[in-house]
Amino acid sequence: MVEIENLKKRFGPFTAVQDVSFEVKKGEVLGFLGPNGAGKSTTMKMITGFLTPTAGRVNVAGFDIETEPQEVKRRIGYLPEGAPAYPDMTPLEFLDFIAQIRGYQGKEKQQRIDKTIEQINLQSVLNQSIETLSKGFKRRVGLAQAILHDPEVLIMDEPTDGLDPNQKHEVRSLIQSMAAEKVIILSTHILEEVDAVCSRAIIIANGRVVADGTPENLEARAPLHNAVTLTLNAEQSQAASIRQQLLSLKDVKKLEKLEESDNNLRYRLVPERRCSIISEVSKLSHAQNWSVAELHVAKGRLDDVFRQITT
Amino acid sequence: MLDTYNIGVLFKRELNSYFATPIAYVFIVIFLFLSGIFTFYLGNFFANGQADLRAFFTYHPWLYLFLIPALSMRLWAEERKTGTIELLLTLPISVIEAVLGKFLAAWVFTGIALLLTFPMWITVNYLGSPDNSVIFSGYLGSWLMAGGFLAIGSCVSAMTKNQVVAFVITAVVSLLFILSGLPMVLDFFSGWAPQLLVNAISSFSFLSHFNAITKGVIDLRDLVYFLSLIAFWLFAATLIIETKKAD
Repeated sequence: MVEIENLKKRFGPFTAVQDVSFEVKKGEVLGFLGPNGAGKSTTMKMITGFLTPTAGRVNVAGFDIETEPQEVKRRIGYLPEGAPAYPDMTPLEFLDFIAQIRGYQGKEKQQRIDKTIEQINLQSVLNQSIETLSKGFKRRVGLAQAILHDPEVLIMDEPTDGLDPNQKHEVRSLIQSMAAEKVIILSTHILEEVDAVCSRAIIIANGRVVADGTPENLEARAPLHNAVTLTLNAEQSQAASIRQQLLSLKDVKKLEKLEESDNNLRYRLVPERRCSIISEVSKLSHAQNWSVAELHVAKGRLDDVFRQITT
Repeated sequence: MLDTYNIGVLFKRELNSYFATPIAYVFIVIFLFLSGIFTFYLGNFFANGQADLRAFFTYHPWLYLFLIPALSMRLWAEERKTGTIELLLTLPISVIEAVLGKFLAAWVFTGIALLLTFPMWITVNYLGSPDNSVIFSGYLGSWLMAGGFLAIGSCVSAMTKNQVVAFVITAVVSLLFILSGLPMVLDFFSGWAPQLLVNAISSFSFLSHFNAITKGVIDLRDLVYFLSLIAFWLFAATLIIETKKAD
C-alpha cells in the first residue's frame, strides 16, 4: 500500500535521508525509530508530499507522489510534528474547515465531524480557541484532523510526544483500534511505545534504514538477549568449580561475576549467538543439587538494540 | 487544474480569521480614520470646493504603503512560523490554490474596508452633485492597486517566517512601485539605461496607472497592468512556496 524506494533528500550540502526503502501493507503499524536528526521526520514529510525527494519514489495506494500528489494526499491522514493547527480557530471550526477541504459537505460533513469528535473525546473543548488548549488537547485536535476522513494511510510524527501517561494510553488504544483497517506509520522516541502498538519497527540512523523487523525480532538482536542470571546459595569455596561447570555447558560463551560472597553467588551467563541456554543451566543446577535462589532469562531490550545500532 | 471549491474553502477560512482576531477591526478603524484625516486636512477637501473624491483617493497609495504590508506580512510567514504550512500543504490542495485563496481573502477584506468609506461618498453627494462614475472608477482603481500591493506582499511573505522582515521588504518594494514613475527613480536610470528601459520602468508605476483610473477613464491598459502585476507576483509566490516549503 505504501511503497518507498531509494528515497533521498538533500538540503544543500547536508543529506538528511541517504537511502530509505521499505514497503508497508494494510494492517501493519510501523514504528519509525531513530535518534534525533536521523531523518525520520524528513522521510515522513516526503511520504506526505510536503517535501519533494531529491531522488527516489513514493507510491501510496498505487499513486505516485510526484505525478499524482492530490490522489496521494486524499488517502493520507497526517499529524505533523508538534500537531500544528490554526491557533485562532476553535476545534469545531478547524475540523469543519478540514472536512470541507477533504470534500465533505452538508450532512455527511456533520456526521464525519461528530464521529471524529466522539472518537477523540473533544466534546469539552469544542468552542475554545485552539491557542488556549493544553498540549494534550492540541495533540488530540491534530489527531482528529488526521483521522477525520478515515484515511487508508495514517502518518503520525511523534503522536504521543508531551502527553501524560493517561493520554498516551488513550492515543495508543486509538491507534490499536484503527490498526486493522489501515496502514499506520508513526515515529517515536519512546521505545515502549513500539512494543505497545507497533507490529513492525524500522530503525533509521544517519538517513539509512539500519534495522527492520518485528519488535520481538529486533529485541532478539540485543547483546544480552537470552542471557541467564543465576543466583546460588553456595559456599564461596565452591565458586571456582561452579563457574567451571557453568562455562563448560554447551553454547555458554561468557560468564560474568555479578557477586561472589558467602552463600550468595550471582553470575550472568551470556550465550553463544543469543540462543536459549536456560534449560541447560537449569538441568545442571538440578543434577548438581545446587540451591538455586534465582534463575532468570533476560529478554533483549529495544533500548539496547537501539543504542547498539545507532551509536 | 484549479479547483475553485478548494480556493473557496480556504478563502472563507482566511476571511473569517481576519474577523476572529483583532486584525480586521484594527485595520478597518485605522484605515477609515487615516483616510478621513488625509482627505480633510492634507487634501483640503472643503477648501477645494469641488464635488469629487480626488482628495480622498490621492492619498490611498501612501496609506496602502504601510497598511497593506501589515496585512500581507502574515499571509505565509505566520503559516511557516506556526508550522501550519505543513498541515495546509499536505491537505489535498495545490500550492497555487492556497496562494489564490489567501490572496483573494485579503483582497476582499481590503475591499470591505474600502466600501466602509461610503460615508465619504454620501457626504460628497450631499454637498454637491459629483460625477458618480468617476467616483466608481476611483474605488475600482484603489481596489486594484490594493490588490497589487497585496500580491507583492504575498510573495514577500512566502519567502520568510519572520513577519517583521516581510513587512519591511514589502513596504520597500511597494515604495519602488509607487515611485518608479517619479524623477527620483527615473533619473537614476535615465543617465545610462536605454530609453526603452526607462519607459518600461516608468510604466511600472502604480501612481500613473492609478491616477489614470481615478480620473474616471477605465482604460483596458490600466486594468491589464494591475491584473498582470497581481498574476505575476502570485505566480512568483507559488514558485517560492513550491521550492521552499519547509523553513
